[in-house]
Amino acid sequence: MSEPILEINHLTTSFRIKDEHYAAVDDVSLTVNKNELLAIVGESGCGKSALAFSIMRLHNRAKIEGEIKFKGQNITEFSTSQLNALRGKDMGMIFQDPLTALNPLMMIGDQIGEILLIHNKTLSANKRKGRVIELLNKVGIPRAEHVYNQFPHELSGGMRQRVVIAMAIANNPELLIADEPTTALDVTIQSQILDLMKELKEESHAGVILITHDLGVVAEMADRVAVMYAGQIVEIADVYTLFENPLHPYTRSLLNSVPTANEEQSKLHVIQGVVPSLQNLPREGCRFSARIPWISESAHEKNPVLHEVSPGHFVRCTCYKDFHFPDGKKEDKHHVIS
Amino acid sequence: MWKFTLRRIVTMIPQVLLLSIIVFVLAKMMPGDALTGMVDPNVDPNTIAEKREALGLNDPWYEQYTRWLGGVFQGDLGQSIHFKMPVSELVWQRIVNSFWLSAFTLVLTYLIAIPLGITSGRYNDSWADRLITGYTYVGFAMPIFIFALVMLWVFGFYLDLFPTGGSIQPGIEPGTFEYIMSKIYHMLLPALSMALITTVSTVQYLRSEIVDTKQKDFILTARAKGASETRVYNRHILRNSLLPIAAFLGYEITGLIGGSIFIENIFSYPGMGQLFLSSISLRDYSVVTSLVLLFGMLTIIGGLLSDIILSLVDPRIRIK
Repeated sequence: MSEPILEINHLTTSFRIKDEHYAAVDDVSLTVNKNELLAIVGESGCGKSALAFSIMRLHNRAKIEGEIKFKGQNITEFSTSQLNALRGKDMGMIFQDPLTALNPLMMIGDQIGEILLIHNKTLSANKRKGRVIELLNKVGIPRAEHVYNQFPHELSGGMRQRVVIAMAIANNPELLIADEPTTALDVTIQSQILDLMKELKEESHAGVILITHDLGVVAEMADRVAVMYAGQIVEIADVYTLFENPLHPYTRSLLNSVPTANEEQSKLHVIQGVVPSLQNLPREGCRFSARIPWISESAHEKNPVLHEVSPGHFVRCTCYKDFHFPDGKKEDKHHVIS
Repeated sequence: MWKFTLRRIVTMIPQVLLLSIIVFVLAKMMPGDALTGMVDPNVDPNTIAEKREALGLNDPWYEQYTRWLGGVFQGDLGQSIHFKMPVSELVWQRIVNSFWLSAFTLVLTYLIAIPLGITSGRYNDSWADRLITGYTYVGFAMPIFIFALVMLWVFGFYLDLFPTGGSIQPGIEPGTFEYIMSKIYHMLLPALSMALITTVSTVQYLRSEIVDTKQKDFILTARAKGASETRVYNRHILRNSLLPIAAFLGYEITGLIGGSIFIENIFSYPGMGQLFLSSISLRDYSVVTSLVLLFGMLTIIGGLLSDIILSLVDPRIRIK
């Protein structure tokens, strides 16, 4: 039933800083199936975007090790022209900030038309325009004919994000990567955009990777969730399991830092410290240990690996077994309502 | 658009008037006048005083000014004392020469700046970029009159490849092909000398624009569309980077005026710059004031031109 579109095996993306390589994405393995939405969550600086950019191979000067298999082909070995044939056609990407993601000097119609033109040189100008208008209508832009001849600065943020989405889905990609598509938008527009993405996914049966740090979005949208911390996946499970039975201390801490409406709680949990910067990543041991100092050293593994605790549910490190919140704080129960 | 241009032109009027007052008063404040040094020292001082009175040189400055301004409006810029001909006629000859020299310089400036700026910006921090930025630093540091002298000596005298003065070979029928070629031949060395120096700011500007645009988010969008590197550059990076350069054109004209004063003198090129300097040393004030007024107006027009170009090429600044 589940047909993998994307298979990532032991992907490591590292950047050179002063003659040394630092891995922003460290040994990540995951799969995305057709018609599945995989959410990747984590704080800022956890390597979520670096992972997305690695899949599209958009990094300029990064060293990529491991395997990225797209429809069975290992695209890490692809040449630039092979990649260009893939980007925008089989893989679409939605960017974080719609205000800067569009070329300020090109009309909306031309920008969407460009992606059609690049991948289908034979399409006549008239048909192309028709298709662009069709796309604009599809993403819910009113007066598409008029917007076609407008420039990005004449549209609102939400409208621009719709344009970015129209561009990403123009060639019916089989894999859609959305890098925090709603972060730059206000809440009402956020939900509209998410509804639109959901609709489009159901229509196209594409595999979707949704990168976010908003757990509410995850609960609403995702089929499976991968939690990333400091470049590694620390927990991966289907959305129900993850919310009902989160195991890794990081996942539990994240969930506990979200306010809930139905339970009374005096204070929200705060995760101590910050994500270590790329150059200060601990080279061995559990990377999260520094932020849960009340858990004893012996609870952690020396070289944490992913353990399959139940089918499809992986957790890194053994520290989850001994984890508790400080001061005997009660843990919230989160439920995915769908 | 037209409304905007018209409004800009209307606001130019007080600017030009103020300029004309300053120019006129400054000229009046200079020591000596049209009669100083022009008259035989044996002439009776009373006759000179009479003459001065008759020419209205003893009137208050504002009266002289209004008289002069009235003349300017009728195209009468006065009489050149040295050349013994109307200033307007004198200036007109020179304007044509200066115009072609400036236009030629401008073309050369962009012919040099655009490829160098693009190479430098696209392959930044490569050896080619270092070479080009090295050249721009030398260009910034080198005064134009020194560089022009070196060029004149090397190509004009030592290698004897170009004429060292004038704007045309004598004895050629105007309007013939030969005439045009001779004009270009005479312009080439001065124009090139000026262009090689004035282009460096445009090279650096273009380079930093490209380096800047390269890192913009919409370039990532273009790459994610599957656009080839050539397409990314031609359609997205270059257009966005050339925009401010195009708008800079108007100000470039202003810079040319300053440069042409040196260049025309060094190459004995009969243009406005040369006329300007020689008129100052000859105390030919009617010519000087006319030229300063003209240069000032060109500067104001250059600024206007930049605004208009920018609003034409950048949809974000489109004026309704």
